[in-house]
Amino acid sequence: MKKKNEFLYFALRNTKLRIGLSVVLFFLVLTFVGPLLTPYAPADFVGPSASPPSAQYWFGTTTFGEDVFTQFVHGLSSTFLVGIVGGGLGTLLGMIIGFTAGYRGGVLDEVLNILTNVVLTIPVLALLVVISAYAKVRGVFIESLFIGFTAWPWAARAIRAQTFSLRARDFVDLAKLSGMKPVKIVFTEIAPNMASYLFMTFILMFGGAILTAATLDFFGLGPTQGTSLGMMMNLAVLWSALTLGMWWWFIPPGLGITAIVGGLYIMNVGLDEVFNPRLREL
Amino acid sequence: MRRYFVRKLLIYILTFFVAVTVDWMIPRFMPGDPVSILISRAGLRGSAVDTMYAYYTGVFGLDVSILHQYFNFWAALLRGDLGISIYLFPTPVTKVIMAAVPYDAALLLPAILLSWWAGNKFGAFAARSKRLDNTLLPAGYVLTGTPYMWLGILLAWAFCIVWRVFPIAGGYSFDLRPHFSLIFIWSLIQHWFLPFASLFLVQFGGWAIGMRNLIIYELEADYSHYLEALGAPRKLIRRYAFNNAILPQLTGLALQLGVIVAGALATEVVFAYPGIGYLILQAIHNEDYFLLQGCFLFVVIGVLLANFIIDIAYVIVDPRTRAGMQGGAA
Repeated sequence: MKKKNEFLYFALRNTKLRIGLSVVLFFLVLTFVGPLLTPYAPADFVGPSASPPSAQYWFGTTTFGEDVFTQFVHGLSSTFLVGIVGGGLGTLLGMIIGFTAGYRGGVLDEVLNILTNVVLTIPVLALLVVISAYAKVRGVFIESLFIGFTAWPWAARAIRAQTFSLRARDFVDLAKLSGMKPVKIVFTEIAPNMASYLFMTFILMFGGAILTAATLDFFGLGPTQGTSLGMMMNLAVLWSALTLGMWWWFIPPGLGITAIVGGLYIMNVGLDEVFNPRLREL
Repeated sequence: MRRYFVRKLLIYILTFFVAVTVDWMIPRFMPGDPVSILISRAGLRGSAVDTMYAYYTGVFGLDVSILHQYFNFWAALLRGDLGISIYLFPTPVTKVIMAAVPYDAALLLPAILLSWWAGNKFGAFAARSKRLDNTLLPAGYVLTGTPYMWLGILLAWAFCIVWRVFPIAGGYSFDLRPHFSLIFIWSLIQHWFLPFASLFLVQFGGWAIGMRNLIIYELEADYSHYLEALGAPRKLIRRYAFNNAILPQLTGLALQLGVIVAGALATEVVFAYPGIGYLILQAIHNEDYFLLQGCFLFVVIGVLLANFIIDIAYVIVDPRTRAGMQGGAA
């Protein structure tokens, strides 16, 4: 109990963690509250074309007269979905492969290591572009799965290295002697010792998945139904929002992504300082 | 050292093999049949559909067994034959891509090298300096969180539309034809600068943060404390810390290559810069799948080559790999 309090004490005192977390939470709340604030649907043609922000259209309208604010808040939910599903799946796969390779060792480790290195070297986004171009119907969920299935290698590698060093410790030997099953050893003896690291891996994966999805959407390979922030930028560039000076169309989506991902990264540094007393000295 | 290179080469060959196989598999095993799409686009009906179907199947070599198709694919690839582009019919895909490669090289090489160098220097400088840590580093984190294309869009909007300092689209001015003259080279440089700057800025933030964190770890290491206790000058300790921190940064560069290339592709779309990224966009819009698959293979080859160069650099920087000891990021 005391340890938990200590963690909370340092967590609440850490400015970076506080700032990062508030930014991310702000957008998370906006994802749920936003759609209630607007009477329109993202694909509705609601007003005059290309009008700048006003009291009625908070973020202005697109060339087709769609409300940018409505698209923005609906796009946010795609962003968070991709982060949670893509980042979650990536972390999970990284854990499975990292723990297996690190704990079992031997030939299995060698094979998994080669697999990791191969997937790590392939330029994932270029691969995703080809796959998505052939997929005729794409949803945000499928997109997240694709991203998750290609995002795991660096996590697997890092988790393997940590497992490898923990495996040789006395408490693991003791658990083995007491007849514990390998899976149980991994989850009750090894994983808790790197829980903070796993959590931070998830946060980085979350941010990475959002950026990957944004780039994919920007190539026009986003979800075929619904909207996303990357798609908004794609359409803005495609319909010359730049040359027409319609800044309200392309600034909000990019700003949203930057704020969320930047917030996540800053939060991660804060967490690092909370978990790792060595960094806390400043 | 030999073991290190053999191992690396094995992985690269395997990666290339996997990439080519995936490239071959996607059109054949994805739901939806490319030939049917082609025919439906032509708007044929009646018996013409069957005739054209048989014709296309023959032309694309889809009438032989799957395994045979696979070997044919490799044979064509090794001859440098990636098919004919539909978007720029009847130019071969290889030729279309080769015309775009110089633009990518001109954009990526300076952006990667300069941002890595400058980011590392700056990160090392900012570490353990309270003021820089609290002001500029959050900015660095925001920069790494910025999608490449959005920074590109912002720069394009600010410098091309609002202030009109730089031209917005293309690799060179539309009223020029490629030739060797000062005017043309100046036009090339003008069109090159903004895409380069947006790539540089996003990466710079990442390297600076990475270096700053690594330096802090190194300064907390036993050897640093020992040197400090001996009364070594602060500058010397920092130099040792920097030399040790540069190794993970080099590994980091190898890991980041795919992401950087993807960022460059997206940036090219923003500026309509005639590199591979722009070709990919055209290929997607025109459903030019041969071109798309060709671009993918070229990107893979580029990343593999760059990885190999980084491996060589690693041997030069890290003496342990030369001595045949464990080391490097094998």
